[in-house]
Amino acid sequence: MVDVTPHGADLIPPAEVAEVELYHPHSWWTKYVFSQDAKVIAIQYAGTALAIGFVALVLSWLMRLKLAFPEAFAFITPEAYYQFMTIHGMIMVIYLLTAVFLGGFGNYLIPLMVGARDMVFPYVNMLSYWIYLFAVLVLVASFFAPGGPTGAGWTLYPPQAITSGTPGGQDWGIILMLVSLILFIIGFTMGGLNYVVTVLQGRTRGMTLMRLPLTVWGIFTATVMALLAFPALFVACVMMLFDRIVGTSFFMPAIVEMGQLSTTSGGSPILFQHLFWFFGHPEVYIVALPAFGIVSDLISTHARKNIFGYRMMVWAIVGIGALSFVVWAHHMYVSGMHPYFGFFFATTTLIIAVPTALKVYNWILTLWRGDIHLTIPMLFALAFIVTFVNGGLTGLFLGNVVVDVPLSDTMFVVAHFHMVMGVAPILVVFGAIYHWYPKITGRMLNEAMGRFHFWVTFVGAYLIFFPMHYIGLVGVPRRYPELGDTAFVPASVQTLNEFITIAALTVGFAQLVFLFNLFWSLRNGRQAGDNPWRATTLEWQTAGTPPPHGNFAKELPVVYRWAYDYSVPGAPEDFIPQNDPGPVTQGDRA
Amino acid sequence: MTVVLVFVLAVMAVAGWWLARQRLMSRPWLEVGPVTAHPETEAPLTHPAKIGLGVFLVVVGALFALFISAYFMRMAYADWQPAPVPRLLWLNTGMLVLASAALQCGVHAAHKGQLTNLRLALLAGGLASLAFLGGQLLAWRDLAAQGYYATDNPAVSFFYLLTAMHGLHIVGGLVALGRTNLRAWRTVRTEGLTLSTELCAMYWHVLLVVWFVLFSVLMGWAAEFIDICRRLLS
Repeated sequence: MVDVTPHGADLIPPAEVAEVELYHPHSWWTKYVFSQDAKVIAIQYAGTALAIGFVALVLSWLMRLKLAFPEAFAFITPEAYYQFMTIHGMIMVIYLLTAVFLGGFGNYLIPLMVGARDMVFPYVNMLSYWIYLFAVLVLVASFFAPGGPTGAGWTLYPPQAITSGTPGGQDWGIILMLVSLILFIIGFTMGGLNYVVTVLQGRTRGMTLMRLPLTVWGIFTATVMALLAFPALFVACVMMLFDRIVGTSFFMPAIVEMGQLSTTSGGSPILFQHLFWFFGHPEVYIVALPAFGIVSDLISTHARKNIFGYRMMVWAIVGIGALSFVVWAHHMYVSGMHPYFGFFFATTTLIIAVPTALKVYNWILTLWRGDIHLTIPMLFALAFIVTFVNGGLTGLFLGNVVVDVPLSDTMFVVAHFHMVMGVAPILVVFGAIYHWYPKITGRMLNEAMGRFHFWVTFVGAYLIFFPMHYIGLVGVPRRYPELGDTAFVPASVQTLNEFITIAALTVGFAQLVFLFNLFWSLRNGRQAGDNPWRATTLEWQTAGTPPPHGNFAKELPVVYRWAYDYSVPGAPEDFIPQNDPGPVTQGDRA
Repeated sequence: MTVVLVFVLAVMAVAGWWLARQRLMSRPWLEVGPVTAHPETEAPLTHPAKIGLGVFLVVVGALFALFISAYFMRMAYADWQPAPVPRLLWLNTGMLVLASAALQCGVHAAHKGQLTNLRLALLAGGLASLAFLGGQLLAWRDLAAQGYYATDNPAVSFFYLLTAMHGLHIVGGLVALGRTNLRAWRTVRTEGLTLSTELCAMYWHVLLVVWFVLFSVLMGWAAEFIDICRRLLS
């Protein structure tokens, strides 16, 4: 795009933003409900995402109970089990993790961290949330529709997703699911435009791209990826809606259903898989990159040390973002693809481990000889590194065609992706909430409840998912509500399943403690002050806590340094805020 | 998936070119002080709304690249029988070109401050777009009258699907263009309208390019072109 505006220079944010430029709410409704303030929208996004996330948590308990005690929970039919599994996966991946990282933390942190008064398009930002809420309500509505929600699995593979044998296939379930996804993508695109353009255009004076905190880099890159990847899901959903409602044959082959030959013919289920995974694999990194960025900031702040290899971290984030678009077919090794095709995707999959490993080394080198404070955010950040490495290593196994083929569709895969993109990002969500809750509410979360929550969640997650790898290795298939008498499955698997279920229920209970803590600390938490963690980034240097409408005082801050000036020799304190004009830098150490 | 991969690679090339100019090799830990280079944030000088629309048009491009990818992949199966493309599409294409040209005239008029010309250009752009949409509906009726329904054959289904998706994007643009029209007929000066006109023109130009690509895909030229490329390569 060329610059055609004649008065371009006027668009640089002036030192003093005239008060008329901000949209000011006039009533309670526009201040707290239909608000255009990114901070309020962030809380709305995160609140909705956590609320629907608890629905997914309850669904996972029901599934675990069925797996451990199939007779006692006979009322959970196989159909209901499939429905719980589908909705649990869908909520966790899209409506919780994507929404909370980009809509929640993105909205709250981007304007504050880059030194802007708000997002560049506040009205579009507000619409984004309300469309997201509508998408969530449509999803919830499918529970009350005739036939219940869809039971097609979170990948919604045709033809089974729209045939009568699958719960919701010929009822309302699949239609509501697809409509909800389409709405989510429209809403997300609106928010995503805001995040990208705010990072590009809304930065305060002195905030160059290489002075951005890594959190912003992670969210920014993930948003760009999501804007390119979500259209693939959109296309797949629209075409499947046509197949289901109009009766076209985009994905539907000729099949015999209940003794009747279908009217469709010639369609290609593989086509859907390509479209779905062209979205699905970048989605893993859309969730992981914001987590990477947030963890970098948590570790640097709580180890009182500058991040090791800032430039490498930025390059790795961008590199992972680019590479993640050429690995999608590693989810389709068993779809009968050409061997060379599989070889290509196995190679790219292994290559993407390089920048990822680089980030892990940099986190560890940041910790090396740091002044480590084992605060709750730090505990969660450390737990993330361990868990992500664990889940990532099994990913290397599954990325190889020869190892993947026997392990495909076993519980090993379930254990792998729960470790790497379930537990690991959720740990970061928790760490980030403990870290920024004092800024959002002005009070610290209760320490004792927090530590209880951390240890039960962290240890419990390993008790749940480590045995699951073993169950997968002996060949137990995924998606089976009960195993019955199968020759190759040893009896110990049933015992392990019961053990996992008890662990899962315990971890679930710890989440209720966390939920209670969120509300309890709102009134009873310790007063936090403006900068309880003594951090350098701009969100801790606001005009008050919680930050007022417009974020900063009359003048926007001017940035003089990068985001990681911790423990600088010669400085009066062990941190120098980004807007501190003092002359000391890390280079003076020499 | 080749089409969408080529598209994503092109986007990545532009993004990489832009990133390469952002001093990614600088050592931020050694530099203290406000960056004095102009502009101080190194943010581009273009209006945020234009960058926002540009990013949105990249998303639209990705969407249609994916639809076309799906089209070519589905085409490889045996049951593919393309329907005759209604000749009316040529006229519709002309209408869309007219709309795009009118809006470009509007941009020139806005820059020169000629309010009457701007009003006429915006109105002409809107009417030509409505004519395009009407023409697309007639083309659908034409096809249906010949007995080609959406469920008959994937080629026909894709015809309805692709034209519908493109038409919906024009409808969305017409909302913005309609609002700009209303404002143009109410105001007495062109100043407040320059940005809106430029945004509308930009959106219409890109949708015109998308339509050219879709048209060549539906006419079968794109498939022939790919075939020639393939033969040249092998």
